[in-house]
Amino acid sequence: MSDMRCDISLTVNGETVHETVDARQTLVDFLREQLVLTGSHIGCEHGVCGACTVRVNGLVVRGCLMLAAQCEGASVETIEGVSDSGEIADLQAAFEKRNALQCGFCTPGMLLTAQELLATGHVPSREKIREHISGNYCRCTGYHAIVDAIEAVAKARAGGQT
Amino acid sequence: MKPAPFAYARAKSVEHAIELLARPDGEARLLAGGQSLIATLNMRLSAPKLLVDLNGVGGLSGIAVKGGMAEIGALTRHAEAERSTDIARYVPLIALAMPHIGHAAIRNRGTLGGSIAFADPAAELPACALALGAELDIAGPKGKRTVKADDFFKGLFETALGPHDVLTAIRVPAATAETRMGFAEFARRHGDYAMVGLAASAKGNGEKLGDVRLAYFGVGNTPMRAKKAEAALAGGDVDAAVKALVTDLDPHDDVQATGATKKHLAGVLLRRVARQLMLIRVSP
Repeated sequence: MSDMRCDISLTVNGETVHETVDARQTLVDFLREQLVLTGSHIGCEHGVCGACTVRVNGLVVRGCLMLAAQCEGASVETIEGVSDSGEIADLQAAFEKRNALQCGFCTPGMLLTAQELLATGHVPSREKIREHISGNYCRCTGYHAIVDAIEAVAKARAGGQT
Repeated sequence: MKPAPFAYARAKSVEHAIELLARPDGEARLLAGGQSLIATLNMRLSAPKLLVDLNGVGGLSGIAVKGGMAEIGALTRHAEAERSTDIARYVPLIALAMPHIGHAAIRNRGTLGGSIAFADPAAELPACALALGAELDIAGPKGKRTVKADDFFKGLFETALGPHDVLTAIRVPAATAETRMGFAEFARRHGDYAMVGLAASAKGNGEKLGDVRLAYFGVGNTPMRAKKAEAALAGGDVDAAVKALVTDLDPHDDVQATGATKKHLAGVLLRRVARQLMLIRVSP
């Protein structure tokens, strides 16, 4: 197979999807334009800003640095999926409570990235949190409130108080 | 921006990939982790006619230790190496370098082979390969061959790989009780390419160092050995090693720093790395 257009079958947020895509179409463009899942944002389009973060087969990746054609057979999860499932409800509430977002453009990517760190089950140090979200740019908050929110959820999940 | 149009093909095996690469126009590119390639396509710095995706090829990833060598499959993801107890134990230099490479999401996709084959002069892994004296296994239209890291990096983004070759594995001597490693870099932001970086390995014998290999990155068109500094460091003289960098390195000005600044920073890094080489003992 070598084509300018590719047929792909994958699951997106648990639903099976069969689509035909341009070989050059990035995963995030596919999600936004063809599936109208516009929660994943497009910022820099070269892997620097993290706004397009999605999960592929359980791992966070840059939606702009993967082709839709590469997702044949993959399980893709977007902010819409993890939001609807309630997986990150506590994280979303903590972001709201601590003003960890202002314009919200970076927030979907920030939440998915934070969730990957928290899913390890440990309470990470603030330094570790900063390191883990270092690939997600926020131009509003100055990050402090984001680190606060992630730390609070880590502690709460481990059985402490928010 | 969006990439210029290209065709996409999934390679079923290394042989199939080599076959697909053999287009008469030579405008096919291998797609491994894609964390550099797709960025350059998006910016239209590169516009190949065909992408040959290696990700479905079996047997190209994973870490195996045999016969005193650690073999790392070219398609091994950074995140996999970062978590690997075999890497921590047998290739501790790569374990030291990992946290400096991109960000978590980049490390989930990016591959060790892809980084070495791409040969960005400011990237960590090509310098690690050079510092470790790695052997690089290559499959091509005429069969398989092995190239030493010292002969692999030819010029800016240019390696011993031909247009129809596939890098299949990286082999490095597995660390022993004598192995010493050092790694340090300066970058403006966490995860950025380094302004200057240094990956180093040596054999420790009491207080003495032997087989010192210093591989700088971000100071030229390829990762570069600082051979006079290596000799001085083997003699135990850190000050002389730092002085020797004046002849070993001639970094050009770039957007990040002037050549003079880079040269100064190279000396600062050497002192830090020398301390690591003299103190850190790896216990396999």
